[in-house]
Amino acid sequence: MNHLLEVKNLHTYFQTREGLVCAVDGVSFHLDGGELLGLVGESGCGKSISALSIMRLVSPPGKIVAGEVLFDGRDLLRLSNREMRDVRGNDVAMIFQDPMTSLNPVFTVGEQIAEALRLHHQLNRKQAAAAAVEAMTEVTIPDAELRAKDYPHQLSGGMRQRVMIAMALACDPKVLIADEPTTALDVTIQAQILELLNNLRRTRELAVLLITHDLGVVAEVADRVAVMYTGQIVEASPVDELFARPKHPYTEGLLRSVPKLRRTATTKEARLQTIDGAVPRLTALPPGCHFEPRCPYRMPRCREQEIPLYPVAAEVAARCVLFDPATVGDAEMINHRGHRESHIQ
Amino acid sequence: MVNNNENDNRELVRVRELYKHFPVEGTDDVWRAVDGVSFDIKPGETLGLVGESGCGKSTAGRCILRLIEPTRGDVEFAGRDVTAMGKRELRELRREMQIVFQDPNASLNPRMKIGDIIAEPLVIHNIGNKAERRERVAWLLGKVGLDADYMKRYSHEFSGGQLQRIGVARALALNPKLIVADEPVSALDVSVQAQVVNLLQDLQQEFGLTYLFISHGLAVVEHISTRVAVMYLGRIVEIADAKDLYLNPLHPYTVALLSAIPIPDPKQKRDRIILKGDVPTARNPPSGCRFRTRCPMAIEACAHTDPELREIAGGHSVACIRVEGYDSAPRTESLHRHETSLPVKT
Repeated sequence: MNHLLEVKNLHTYFQTREGLVCAVDGVSFHLDGGELLGLVGESGCGKSISALSIMRLVSPPGKIVAGEVLFDGRDLLRLSNREMRDVRGNDVAMIFQDPMTSLNPVFTVGEQIAEALRLHHQLNRKQAAAAAVEAMTEVTIPDAELRAKDYPHQLSGGMRQRVMIAMALACDPKVLIADEPTTALDVTIQAQILELLNNLRRTRELAVLLITHDLGVVAEVADRVAVMYTGQIVEASPVDELFARPKHPYTEGLLRSVPKLRRTATTKEARLQTIDGAVPRLTALPPGCHFEPRCPYRMPRCREQEIPLYPVAAEVAARCVLFDPATVGDAEMINHRGHRESHIQ
Repeated sequence: MVNNNENDNRELVRVRELYKHFPVEGTDDVWRAVDGVSFDIKPGETLGLVGESGCGKSTAGRCILRLIEPTRGDVEFAGRDVTAMGKRELRELRREMQIVFQDPNASLNPRMKIGDIIAEPLVIHNIGNKAERRERVAWLLGKVGLDADYMKRYSHEFSGGQLQRIGVARALALNPKLIVADEPVSALDVSVQAQVVNLLQDLQQEFGLTYLFISHGLAVVEHISTRVAVMYLGRIVEIADAKDLYLNPLHPYTVALLSAIPIPDPKQKRDRIILKGDVPTARNPPSGCRFRTRCPMAIEACAHTDPELREIAGGHSVACIRVEGYDSAPRTESLHRHETSLPVKT
């Protein structure tokens, strides 16, 4: 089956003074219209660089060294710069964490949205201005006609992010990449923006790649989730499955270290569970499984080989030897699984 | 001595009618960052102060330490009037009250060795000689879960979580009674956040510390706090025991705030209350109840009545005329000024 967007074995490397950094190290995922994929992980895991690689917006010393980004069957990585410029905005659009840096401070937001519309739809000035107001209404900006005359600094963070979304959607893209779109916003405003994104993808059949560090956000809106660690996807799963039965020990650790609200948690723990240690530097990754030094289930063979992403079930995969189909029946594994079950209790 | 004992059983911090208004440049307007806030912090407890950005929670925390001069109001620390203190007294007092900041990168001098950063409060207060201080630093590093050898390194060599531990070690250096923790884990990744929260709890137990924990992360606040105060536009709108507040929120803002938190469990489908609009500015807050412009429960009367905090049930106070029992509830105890309190400073 052909997906709307399919990323295959993407590698983006940075040559730094400290050595080669494999920021994105063999990432693959796919996305279809109306679907929302959450790409989660902690800072430095490569989630944003993955997104920028899809848009071909990685700046030097970063370089996409291998992989394919198939959009409607075309490999975006093979397009000329001119062809790629047409893809950006028209087919794939992106919004960022801080809308203030992406908006021009000396033009009104209405003008900026109208400009995007004019470029792509060949509208005249008047038509574009009217379409901009319409676009602002779609992203639930109240009194859009008045707000269109505001400059970015006159708007609140939530309103600015709405303006960014309106601009991104101006040319009817099929894919929207949202990089931490609510991280800078207050929780009540975050709820508004998430609801908006969720509605838009339904009404517009929009494919959304949502990049976030917040597992709560993912649980709220994502259909499927990919968890990243040190440049690799360590687990991919439908959202219900991921939260109910995390496969990779890192996912499990992440889920447990989030403090739960009492009203929603079954038990109240006196202490938060943690993951030991810290994320390793990308220039000094441990051999074999990158999570091994912090993993409560580690065993000698974790260090012996690069661990592939093992398929576990339909749409479920985990980069952990516990799910190696060749050894799932081994005594050692059973032992570890037993240990794990008791751990999870 | 008798007095001292009395103080021990009482609040460590008493804040009464605290105001901080910042002038707005080029106008006669003021920014009402903190606009009449009263609360107590009991010894050994953690008071969580939550609210969205701009609600005044950080300003309130800093006014207690007098890192920012309050416009008016009283702050008492262990029975002493902090707002009336002179420079020298204040410096002595800071031995007992310390602060941990949100961004450890910005609050640790990149040109100083970690050991010197942690020892600086000791140097300022003339405590110990060089060797003693080094010993103290090594001990402190151990207490926050870091290697004593790290004292010779510079801050750029550490991760965010480690830097925050260093910030905590510096705050602990003088053996304070109170630590104001201003968004101490907000800049950290989830897995590291949990480590630092646990550390803060361990240290509290070991040293009997009292915390004012300021954060917009409601789940973290619930986890660490004994009591929680919710702020909106410079005012406390609700204060209660943590359990009470989270299980039985009364103020419509608290209810909406709690319902807005994304829950890391897709199975939990909730009736989310999505608040309309943005927080109004503290320069020109709405008349009457400040929340009424976004409140789903607002009625005509909300525009005319500026609701005070009233105690609806034991230790659970709320400022909202729409809450059942509010009309007949008594004014919250902590709003009353201390009999011996000094005249209002302006």
